[in-house]
Amino acid sequence: MELGDWTSMGYLLSAALFIYGLKQLGHPRTAPRGNQLGAMGMLVAVLTTILDMHLEGGTQWTLIIGGLVIGSLIGYWMAVRVEMTGMPELVALFNGFGGAASALVALSELWKYIEGAEVPTGLKLSVTMVAVGLSSLVGWMTLTGSILAMYKLKGGITVFGKWIKTPTWGPSWLNGVKVLLLISSVVLIYLSVNDPTNRQYIFALIGVSCALGIVLVLPIGGADMPVVVSLLNSLSGIAAAFTGFIINNSVLIVAGSLVGASGLILTFIMCKAMNRTLLDVLFKSFGGSGEKASLTRTKVGSDSDEVAMMLDGAQKVIIVPGYGMAVSQCQHQVKEFADLMAEKFDTEVKYAIHPVAGRMPGHMNVLLAEANVPYEQLIEMDVINSEFPNCDVALVIGANDTTNPAARTDEGPLAGMPIIDADLARTVVIVKRSLSVGYAGVDNDLFYMDKTMMLFGDGKKMITELNNSIKDM
Amino acid sequence: MTPELLIGSLTLFVLSIFLGFELITKVPATLHTPLMSGANAISGISIVGALIGSNVAFESGDTAISGVLAFFAVVLAMINVVGGFAVTNKMLNMIAGRKRGGA
Repeated sequence: MELGDWTSMGYLLSAALFIYGLKQLGHPRTAPRGNQLGAMGMLVAVLTTILDMHLEGGTQWTLIIGGLVIGSLIGYWMAVRVEMTGMPELVALFNGFGGAASALVALSELWKYIEGAEVPTGLKLSVTMVAVGLSSLVGWMTLTGSILAMYKLKGGITVFGKWIKTPTWGPSWLNGVKVLLLISSVVLIYLSVNDPTNRQYIFALIGVSCALGIVLVLPIGGADMPVVVSLLNSLSGIAAAFTGFIINNSVLIVAGSLVGASGLILTFIMCKAMNRTLLDVLFKSFGGSGEKASLTRTKVGSDSDEVAMMLDGAQKVIIVPGYGMAVSQCQHQVKEFADLMAEKFDTEVKYAIHPVAGRMPGHMNVLLAEANVPYEQLIEMDVINSEFPNCDVALVIGANDTTNPAARTDEGPLAGMPIIDADLARTVVIVKRSLSVGYAGVDNDLFYMDKTMMLFGDGKKMITELNNSIKDM
Repeated sequence: MTPELLIGSLTLFVLSIFLGFELITKVPATLHTPLMSGANAISGISIVGALIGSNVAFESGDTAISGVLAFFAVVLAMINVVGGFAVTNKMLNMIAGRKRGGA
């Protein structure tokens, strides 16, 4: 066999490792191994490439090793440093980098022609230019979309010491803008096929793609963010596949389209967990632009001593964590509360995990795992909902829309969304800063029920007070 | 590029997309984020394109800007790859590792 054949074999091995790795990532037991297989596949691909270049002669070692080392160090440093709560943002950012890398490769290939390399003709020209165009479109769009998504997940950005909230803004005419941008990008790609060395076209395309990424993510927020990040992840895979067409490389095509397709499926699975369709997520702004229901009702708050007294003798407590727990970082206090209850009152404590609680699917699991909560106590929504009627106290910490009984009705933005049946518990305790509406902009009847006790305040502060009250009893 | 080559690449593309659809079926919510993050790291495969691109560009010498672009692509793709796999690993250790140890 010739050298090129061995290289192809190397890429085949790496593609097989990706496929098997992805497969295993979808199952709880094998997931860590799946991730390692994926990493191994990547190592094989990189080594094969470098070896091929070396044997062909003329490897630019300093530059290549330099680039690899710089990238690895930055990536590793970011991954090690990140807090548990910051992970969703980091995934979004990495994703943006991946898209940008594909788009940069496309730009670099095009620039060779602009700088005087021989321009191909016929079929190769068309294929190359269309692939350059699509890779740029998807890649740059992924970059700007992901960066905006990252700041949306963070909630805002500090500019000169001032906190600026990331806006969620999406009037319906913005959908027209999206379509217009998409059409102009297709026109630009078409034009560039006929005039490949005209750099105006590629600059215009980069501009249009960046704008498209921003207008696509701008109207989306809150519970829909994970879906968008997943969609962007799928897109960055597609960008890599298109790049594969430019340089005619099989492993890029296979791995890229695998990620593109599996990412899309994952996106659908996430949508389903929220009872939304992808089109709704993308084109119907969720609560963001609609006026929020004005609050007319009030509720008297309780204090921690009262709640502690009520908890005395409870046989079964279900903790319902939400976004508020992630924000106030009170998972350790929550775990302490569970331990206190078990010790002092011999109470059975479980956690009800809504699939989209927090800012990312699985967000609550990760936070609670960090606080050493045993995995067996974390129960998924479908399983735990039948246990609420037999539960003495449901302790809701910073969750709102995921417990709102309005979702059982046919009306309003929450209609049909599966919820945690916290309202069926004998007593409901809610730790929340105020009565304000959740992301969906719908008032929550759960707060006003007679059996509900509100602990108004920051999650960490209130749970700490509650723990102290229990200890003092 | 010959038509055969293009058809070969298109075949790979379409079949891989179908394979990707089939690979992911039922995934528990806990694994959504790690799966996304792991797949994201794999999409850093453009590292291969970036490496080839920067090598070719610098070799021929007269395509400097093209080389610089590809070099940046190497750095960005590598951040995506190493960071992506590392962060996925960290997440999975939190979720799945505990399951084994704590049981």
